[in-house]
Amino acid sequence: MGMLAYIIRRILLSIPIIILISIICFIIIQLPPGDYVTAYAAIVANRGGLASQQLLELLRTRYGLGEPVYVQYWRWVSGFPRWDFGIAMSINDTPVVDLLRERLPLTLILNFLALIFIEAIAIPVGVFSATHKYTLMDYFLTFIAFVGISVPGFLLALLIIFFSVFYFGSQYIGGLFSPEFIAAPWSWARVVDFIKHLPIPVIAIGIGGTAGTMRIMRANTMDVLNQPFIQTARAKGLKERVVIYKHAVRISINPIISRIGVYLPEILATEMLVSIVLNLRTIGPLFYQALISQDMYLAGTILLIISVILIVGNLIADITLAWIDPRISYE
Amino acid sequence: MVFEKIKNLVKHYRKKSPEKNNEEYKELSPKQLMWRKFIKHRVAVGASVILIIFYTMIIFAEFFAPYSVNTDHIDYLSAPPDRIRFIDSEGKFHIRPFVYRRIGERDPDMLRFVYTEDKSKKDYLSLFVHGEEYKMFGFIKSNIHFFGVDEGNIFIFGTDQRGRDLLSRVIFGGRISLSIGIIGVVIIIFLGSIMGTISGYYGGLIDNVIQRFIEVLRTLPQIALWMALAAALPPALPSTYVYLGIVLILGLIGWTALAREVRGKVLALRRTDFIFAAEVSGASFGRVMFVHIIPNVSSHIIVTATLIIPEMILGESALSFLGLGIKPPMTSWGLLLNQVREVQVLKHFPWLLFPGLFIVVSVLCFNFLGDALRDVSAP
Repeated sequence: MGMLAYIIRRILLSIPIIILISIICFIIIQLPPGDYVTAYAAIVANRGGLASQQLLELLRTRYGLGEPVYVQYWRWVSGFPRWDFGIAMSINDTPVVDLLRERLPLTLILNFLALIFIEAIAIPVGVFSATHKYTLMDYFLTFIAFVGISVPGFLLALLIIFFSVFYFGSQYIGGLFSPEFIAAPWSWARVVDFIKHLPIPVIAIGIGGTAGTMRIMRANTMDVLNQPFIQTARAKGLKERVVIYKHAVRISINPIISRIGVYLPEILATEMLVSIVLNLRTIGPLFYQALISQDMYLAGTILLIISVILIVGNLIADITLAWIDPRISYE
Repeated sequence: MVFEKIKNLVKHYRKKSPEKNNEEYKELSPKQLMWRKFIKHRVAVGASVILIIFYTMIIFAEFFAPYSVNTDHIDYLSAPPDRIRFIDSEGKFHIRPFVYRRIGERDPDMLRFVYTEDKSKKDYLSLFVHGEEYKMFGFIKSNIHFFGVDEGNIFIFGTDQRGRDLLSRVIFGGRISLSIGIIGVVIIIFLGSIMGTISGYYGGLIDNVIQRFIEVLRTLPQIALWMALAAALPPALPSTYVYLGIVLILGLIGWTALAREVRGKVLALRRTDFIFAAEVSGASFGRVMFVHIIPNVSSHIIVTATLIIPEMILGESALSFLGLGIKPPMTSWGLLLNQVREVQVLKHFPWLLFPGLFIVVSVLCFNFLGDALRDVSAP
């Protein structure tokens, strides 16, 4: 069979799930009263414009309004392979495709960095906590972990702004660039500025997940360290460091790495909230704006896209895991 | 003499029997054992106390809050918190705490209100003061408030831009935020247990279908679903219906985690002898489920539920913070935080962040409690 067949099989299995999700998203789109055209007219009126009858008729045909539900669904979905995701009514009719192209890279970068942040911090700290359990440091870290799980991401983002404005006098009110770089073309200096601004959102997104993962890592490592084979390793005369890192951690890390796919939706959700508060140009704020202006077509489309991203991410994580871990069979 | 010997023998043996030794053997039921184990988690006990205080305060909110939820104090717009003092400007110490009466003036330069204390007027705090009238639970009419000042005002958390006392709003807001947690979790317990039990007990096609459905539901980020459904609520919907809608939304999406846990446990229980015996004796599915299975998974359900409550609270706070959740005239902690979304407001009126503290403390307490319960019920 082999790796390739495994990958293909996983991809094929995801397709029905994506279809089901698209149906759910379509249901959400249809939930509020009124249809696409009435919503469009309302939004255009809101921003003081006028929608011509011709345009409304065109939209009516495009989205199959007045025809049975499954036709409307098909009209909506069939655009996707052509990269036609509709237009964003609340943002001056910009094609959604352009908005996505603008915001997708940053979304992926932030989420990926947050994931790395979580794993890079939680795993070593968790191991440390387990090996020094019941010490003062352990209690301290445990307490911090609990606080980390309890402070919601958006509140944390607010607090960060608060502290940076009050105590550090900075002008940071969100966004990822200093004022002079916002509209500037890409240059080396702009990249540096970007990197300098990254830690704040990444930390805000990552802290919650770090706290939780740290606790799990600690519990896992403590369990593994109680096992007989660790005793054997020690009795063999291996250095403690080798015992812990080469043997114990490799086992205790497994559940965490294999569940990365399960964490992804949470990380994305936190990223969405933090980005809304900090005004970052990712998909989250776009989703939020669509909801606020009752642009349900945009919201549903984004929801579908988010889900596809998550499924793809899950797939990549699982494939990487299968590749690394020799125990997983491809059958 | 033989009689003597017999008496001594009997005495000797009687001494050795347990009743004569001053040891007392008590038999403790499993419940009592669990309670003792729970008490040992000092932090969780403290957390429970805090939660009991919170819930008591919100049940009798009208009594504990010095003012009612929407009273505007137009002389005290955006006032910072009052400083409770014990030592006055002359250095005298008073047993009774007091606040100075404050006067608000508009600063001509910045067009904001500046409050100066009038050190000549002291307002002493009292318990059980007569304040605004209220009707608690719709029929208890009173005007006695837990604490307050007889003349003047006391704003322990300051006021908002309409001059409403933040402490009162926090207490009334807590009513919404904390009750949504409880009601939502009841829905989840119901839905999750039933789905999980059906899934685990019957297996086969039903199990497969339910599991796929749960998988699909879990691929979408919970918050995004909550947001979308909350935004789909008609904008003209009155406040109470919005509350119900939010609770339903939180519950209908959040049950999947509990269902999976219950299913796992039910799968394990299915193979046990006593379930087999019940089935063989002809017990109906309902009987097996309610009399045999559910009591055995109940401890697991309680632990998971306790850990889901904070998710509900955070979810409602996030939704209301974004303006998609609770609507005025009701208020919740998340909605109170909505006031500070703009940085300017945050910069000038930072005391408006207090509701966030309550969110964090509640969530923290529930997490500690759930952790301890998990410890206690783990075999």
